[in-house]
Amino acid sequence: MIINLLLYVLIGLSFCCFFRVVFGPSIADRMVAIDIFGILVVGICGLMVLITGRLFLIDIAIAWILLSFIGTITLAKYLTGKKLDE
Amino acid sequence: MSDTISLIFIIIGVVFDLFGCIGLIRLPDVYNRLQSATKSVTLGTCSILFGIFIKYGFSAIGMKALIAIPLLFFASTVAAHALIRGSYKSGIKLWDKSVIDDYKDVQK
Amino acid sequence: MKYITLFIIIFVLWLLITFNLETPNLIVGALVALLTSLVFGKSFLKDSKKFFQLQRYFWIIIYLVIFIWECIKANLDVAYRVLSPSMPIKPGIVKVKTALKTDIGKTFLANSITMTPGTITVDIIDDEFYIHWIFVSSKEPEQYTNKILGRFEKYIKRIFE
Repeated sequence: MIINLLLYVLIGLSFCCFFRVVFGPSIADRMVAIDIFGILVVGICGLMVLITGRLFLIDIAIAWILLSFIGTITLAKYLTGKKLDE
Repeated sequence: MSDTISLIFIIIGVVFDLFGCIGLIRLPDVYNRLQSATKSVTLGTCSILFGIFIKYGFSAIGMKALIAIPLLFFASTVAAHALIRGSYKSGIKLWDKSVIDDYKDVQK
Repeated sequence: MKYITLFIIIFVLWLLITFNLETPNLIVGALVALLTSLVFGKSFLKDSKKFFQLQRYFWIIIYLVIFIWECIKANLDVAYRVLSPSMPIKPGIVKVKTALKTDIGKTFLANSITMTPGTITVDIIDDEFYIHWIFVSSKEPEQYTNKILGRFEKYIKRIFE
């Protein structure tokens, strides 16, 4: 019961991240918000394991960590002004 | 018993996530947002995963949750380095009320 | 030597993730670990015999306890700065010198500094760290060097050097 409430809190926090993605003044603000949204999704996956009892969701969490890491590194490399294959 | 302890860890984690997202909305520039947000949210999510590990113990899913903690830790740390260095190199100024900037000298 | 160390680390990680001990799983894990260690072995650590010195693991455990305690304390400090209505922040980028020599030691020190809220490592040039700090409390280089690095540096020196 209380875990459902915590899940709603986390989903509301990810809407805060979308606020920063839409209204962020510079492109770096949007990237920070996307990175944090990726970490929040891992927490949401963890709570979904406890609520539904489907154990494969933790695999999705691990894969999401690695993919979000690669995406953030690529975007940060774009920010420094280098080509992506340097 | 272990249910209660894992619930306590998960509540602490969600509260730290809440602090991080409030910092993301309130703080004035991109460097300070990165300060508050990345690390509070990472610690909160690590706490949630540790709560799952306590609930399931040393089984397959518990070990996966335990391994996800150092993965998330190193991934988010390196991502924070890359983001702050990239945003400095792309020419975003520090906040107006910043007191000191030693990094400006080595750039040129 | 370093290929064998990398092989052992990857194989143990595979066993922990899949978490069963049947024969096909062991064979697949050994194949994957062999391929990965052949491809990435030459960029692994130079002196990998430090992995087999047991007193370093003792210091790692003590370091982890201290690190988690500092992390929670600093997180509460940043939460106070974010939540208070007047926002008492005073950000800036400072330069500190470290005494560590090896690359892996510098990497772990930079990661520890980044993970403690309030400080982020922006760049490392030779042995100087450039650190973004959310509340620059003093102007003296000795004071803030001691305040930022002094908590972790001596343990990392014992672990990696």
